[in-house]
Amino acid sequence: MASLRTVPQTPARELDLDLEAFEGPFDLLLTLLLREELEPGEIDIAAIVLAFVERLAERDEIDLEACGEFLVLVSALLELKARLLFPDEAAELDALEPEEAAEELARRLAEYRRMKEAAVWLAERLAGERDRWFRLGPAPLALQPERRLAPQDPNALVTALRALAVPPPAVSLSHLALRFPPVSQFLERFRALLSRRRVFDFDGEVAGLSRVEQAVAFLALLELRKGGEIALSQGAPFAPIRISRIDDERTTTWTARSA
Amino acid sequence: MDSTLRLIATNPLDHLARTVEALLVVASSPLSVAELTEATEDDPERVETALGLLRERFSERRSGIVLEEVASGFAFRASREASAACARLFERPIERGLSQAALETLAVVAYLGPCSRPEVARIRGVAADSAVASLVERGLISEAGRESGPGGAVRYRTTPLFERVFGLESLAALPRLDDLGADSEQIRERLLEVASARAS
Repeated sequence: MASLRTVPQTPARELDLDLEAFEGPFDLLLTLLLREELEPGEIDIAAIVLAFVERLAERDEIDLEACGEFLVLVSALLELKARLLFPDEAAELDALEPEEAAEELARRLAEYRRMKEAAVWLAERLAGERDRWFRLGPAPLALQPERRLAPQDPNALVTALRALAVPPPAVSLSHLALRFPPVSQFLERFRALLSRRRVFDFDGEVAGLSRVEQAVAFLALLELRKGGEIALSQGAPFAPIRISRIDDERTTTWTARSA
Repeated sequence: MDSTLRLIATNPLDHLARTVEALLVVASSPLSVAELTEATEDDPERVETALGLLRERFSERRSGIVLEEVASGFAFRASREASAACARLFERPIERGLSQAALETLAVVAYLGPCSRPEVARIRGVAADSAVASLVERGLISEAGRESGPGGAVRYRTTPLFERVFGLESLAALPRLDDLGADSEQIRERLLEVASARAS
């Protein structure tokens, strides 16, 4: 079982790697990357992490120093690799000489280390302030900022109020007048027509009606078709709809033959 | 029995000091000299002098309440000798369970803020979403606009509560960043040392 005691002088760079694109110690990989002799995109960073975790598992102790160093280096490698996904970032990196790249890496590591130290300072500060107690929670009385108004002209106020006092324009209720005629009205109309004529055009019969009435008339048409009273035909899309009467005798005959 | 003659010297600022004291009792967050001046309708210098009187009156070992300068203002707190009793009765929800990740994120925002989550993640090398959400929930950081450009990320900065919890008079009380951690030259030399040792 691994124990959490620190063991100095076991650097992460001693880690032996056996990757698809590279085989050797970690510090050599770092060297090649810094010299741009190896593409970060070709390196399987997950495999590096696995190798490191396996090495940790083999040992009976955890080297916190090495773990920290490893995490920082792998994070930097991950960032380099991630940046390759973005063309602009890649161009930025390509523009860097190996020396500059090392400088940039060092600068970022230093920046992170400073923030880490600042976090330690904050933690120590917090621990030192544990005996400081003060009131927390919602304010019993919120601060009331004074509202400073510019000098006002009473006449301007009168004008503004007068504008508010004007009655609003009447609201149109015309849309409420929309009435749908009953379907039965058109059913009766079409049946009466069919009793006189065997065939007629739908468009001719509904010409002059409103759109709502035409729509209801069409529903009546579908109702008649559903009841088997008429047959519908249309020569082409948007051509006039032709309605023809179906005689009861014919229907019976056809049905009998079909059977 | 002879009566004793006493000379009672009253400070001309006593009335103002009592008013300032009352305002600080009512306030739940530190009040600046400007705010106290506005509320008392008095002179800023006289308010500062009154605050000086109150600091003497409400100081450690003289009173259970201590007047402190914190978060760019003045506020009352409990005296340190009463901290054990306070701890038995009250909790400290803001700093309880503050993780290392949250502290590092807090440090980045305190020093570089206003800054966005991607900026924090770039410095720390890991996503900062969870740490930022936790700090916002605790009230230690708050939103401070967005980065320029379309779809700019939300930026964050520390709140006055952060300064109060950490007992800082202002953000200027933080140690200088240059004084913290190893400098980039040292790290660069270490990197090149590793590289050159292998190359040879």
